[in-house]
Amino acid sequence: MSRARVLVGTRKGAFILESDGKREKWDVSGPHFAGWELYHVKGSPADPNRLYASQSSAWFGQLVQRSNDGGKTWEPVGNKFAYEGTPGTHKWYDGTPHPWEFKRVWHLEPSLNDPDTVYAGVEDAAIFRSTDAGATWEELPGLRGHGTGPHWQPGAGGMCLHTILLDPVNAGRMYIAISAAGAFRSDDGGKSWRAINKGLHSQYIPDPDAEVGHCVHRIAMHRSRPDTLFMQKHWDVMRTDNAGESWTAVNGNLPPESEAADARRGFGFVIDVNTHEPETIYVVPIKSDSEHFPHNGALRVFRSRTGGNEWEPLTKGLPQSNCYVNVLRDAMAVDSLDKCGIYFGTTGGQVYASNDAGDTWKAIVHDLPAVLSVEVQTLP
Amino acid sequence: MIRVWLPAHLRTLARTSSEVEVDVQGVVTVCSILDALEAKYPMLRGTIRDHGTQLRRPYVRFFACEQDFSHDPPDTPLPAAVAQGKEPLLIVGAIAGG
Repeated sequence: MSRARVLVGTRKGAFILESDGKREKWDVSGPHFAGWELYHVKGSPADPNRLYASQSSAWFGQLVQRSNDGGKTWEPVGNKFAYEGTPGTHKWYDGTPHPWEFKRVWHLEPSLNDPDTVYAGVEDAAIFRSTDAGATWEELPGLRGHGTGPHWQPGAGGMCLHTILLDPVNAGRMYIAISAAGAFRSDDGGKSWRAINKGLHSQYIPDPDAEVGHCVHRIAMHRSRPDTLFMQKHWDVMRTDNAGESWTAVNGNLPPESEAADARRGFGFVIDVNTHEPETIYVVPIKSDSEHFPHNGALRVFRSRTGGNEWEPLTKGLPQSNCYVNVLRDAMAVDSLDKCGIYFGTTGGQVYASNDAGDTWKAIVHDLPAVLSVEVQTLP
Repeated sequence: MIRVWLPAHLRTLARTSSEVEVDVQGVVTVCSILDALEAKYPMLRGTIRDHGTQLRRPYVRFFACEQDFSHDPPDTPLPAAVAQGKEPLLIVGAIAGG
């Protein structure tokens, strides 16, 4: 029977949870790298025993750890992330030019077919690639250098490149997202890039329809339909069906920000797609960019079976009162078992899982440090 | 041999005890000790000083013989007691963050 392995990054270490295919009982190991911030841990699709972890601290900087045995043992690999050439400047919070400075790795995305190739999305925003299993890293400078870089500006969490999606059908096509610059696409393996933000509307920037400046929180893709992407923006859930050439809002009946007739909808961080149903998507609405907790203290996942617009709240097993956690952008994942398993972690240290595509939920671990990221591997 | 005291997180990373010994050729300075330390424990590269600038990371401090050498030029000779192995160079993670 297949198994599931959940990789959890937290403010104070990494945890690994394993279960059989029923996904009812979980063994927890950790903390790995106790005391360090683990922004992301992810396994290679080509070799599930190959894991990469981003380990960092304000004191001692950035490390990358690699495991060849599914997380039982780890070894530190290369941690030198040097921007190509003279880094130049981006915009600071006050609009003044600010030099590009490496701070940390937010996201590690292993290649779909080579366990030794892995991409890193970093703060200040840039994409790096290693082709030697993390020993050395080289920037793909076409992203920062494509022209709009000097206009990028940090979001509240820093100017982070947090999403990397590799197209499983169109070789060389990849997508990334940056807070607060927007979404970008490459069709040549990361050499050249262009902004793909047409249709995004952000009231908090001078030109709400600008080419860049949008605070994209997360993008998700279904492997069978890589031209369709779903986006959780700062406000608004969006979709594209033409590889990002244009986006439309699919907020529909997501909970409104207030009772006002023109109240906004659709703030949140995570979004993901059911492995078996490419039009079934999941978000966790969060109340506003100033409060950052669930509406009315009730933690609800919203599921759309129609690719957006029509949403249903999923509440069974989730706290429906006095819950004031957040769910951060890299903290939702899906497995490929039947029925699809959905997982998300909270800043309160719970990891909730559903083994029935979202109908019911339970905390498979709780009282961890604040959860920064959740990934899941489906193992034979 | 030069004695170097490591903070807890770096001990774990280097898989060593709190105090390590390194061999330094020539003048004993913070820079020459870190060169020897990073050669012996490559996983510490980038954790004490920046890869590119070689400057001390802001929350890392260097103490020896009850003196703070954090703000001295890294090629400043350290006290004879450090060079003779009688006293360690203390690499300290600053107390910050509550």
